[in-house]
Amino acid sequence: MASGNTQQQAGILPAGTPAPEFTLHSTPDQTVSLAELRGRPFVLAFYPADWSPVCGDEMALFNAVLPDIEELGARMIGVSVDGVWCHAAFARARNLHFPLLADFEPKGEVARRFGVYREHDGVTERALFVVDDAGSIAWSYLSPIGVNPGADGVLRALESLRGTGGSETAAQRSAPPAAERGQASEARS
Amino acid sequence: MSDGILVPPVDDGRDHVQGPASAPVTLVEYGDYQCPYCGTAYPIVKELQRSLGDQLRFVYRNFPLRDAHPYAEHAAEAAESADAQGSFWEMHDALFENQEQLDDRSLIGFATELGLDAEQVARDLDDGTWAGRVREDFRSGVRSGVNGTPTFFINGVRYDEGWNDPQRFLQALRATAGAA
Repeated sequence: MASGNTQQQAGILPAGTPAPEFTLHSTPDQTVSLAELRGRPFVLAFYPADWSPVCGDEMALFNAVLPDIEELGARMIGVSVDGVWCHAAFARARNLHFPLLADFEPKGEVARRFGVYREHDGVTERALFVVDDAGSIAWSYLSPIGVNPGADGVLRALESLRGTGGSETAAQRSAPPAAERGQASEARS
Repeated sequence: MSDGILVPPVDDGRDHVQGPASAPVTLVEYGDYQCPYCGTAYPIVKELQRSLGDQLRFVYRNFPLRDAHPYAEHAAEAAESADAQGSFWEMHDALFENQEQLDDRSLIGFATELGLDAEQVARDLDDGTWAGRVREDFRSGVRSGVNGTPTFFINGVRYDEGWNDPQRFLQALRATAGAA
């Protein structure tokens, strides 16, 4: 919709960067932090505003794709600068089944850390991140603000996380040889 | 975001198809029976079919946004159930022509009006017989970069120039037909 200022920030955090720390309210009395999310991949969808038409469509789409995201072992999280009460009303109206975080005070601080805040507009970019189970950004994408980016990129990124194996798989792979040798203590120096 | 390429390609054995397999242009729609934009697109597609005749093969795939449109899922399943009785397109048309009344009772009513075994349609809705089929369509749409409804693909490539400009849409299809 409102394309307006097409100036995009150069600074969206790329794959391979550790996800910046954050703790944001998901409801008036609950917060979600990066530390709590460790151990499972998650999708972080920044969107400009709760009630604008494209955002509604984008969140409705991710809501419908949620079973597939969860099947890939991941969580889904939305973020905008709207406050918790606004998020609550929006989530209820749209029947959303995943948390919306309020990057509300200081406004846009977490979006800035991820490199996706639009200073002149006072809203976040429309951007997607897939963060792996160890808290590192595995994939990121900056969409034109008026365009719903769809969910195929997110699903591909989550699949390739599975394919290459997260730290869990790596740990499983290294475990059997150590057990066979039966000399775990020796391996440790 | 996506490459905008239809995955999987049209399969005459599985997809709902109108028009000859030999047509130079295949138009695929991902739609939601409760979506008002799809309702607007419905007569536009009909007009395109009239204009292009045997030049056009039209395919419909399901993309219900269930939480946004509470009746869309069952409407899609009712069309699949009608398909099992050989009447997919009759039900597809009835749904788009009656978008304001898509509750289960109405769906079963359409089946009766179309001369189908309405009790079978009711059982299919209760049992979710066609839910998996609808979900397969939905997933293929997500993979193909469908980000809302309706989304159209012309010979497997997403058409982003605006379906709501019928003249332009027709020109795009004609150009593809000419090039094929």
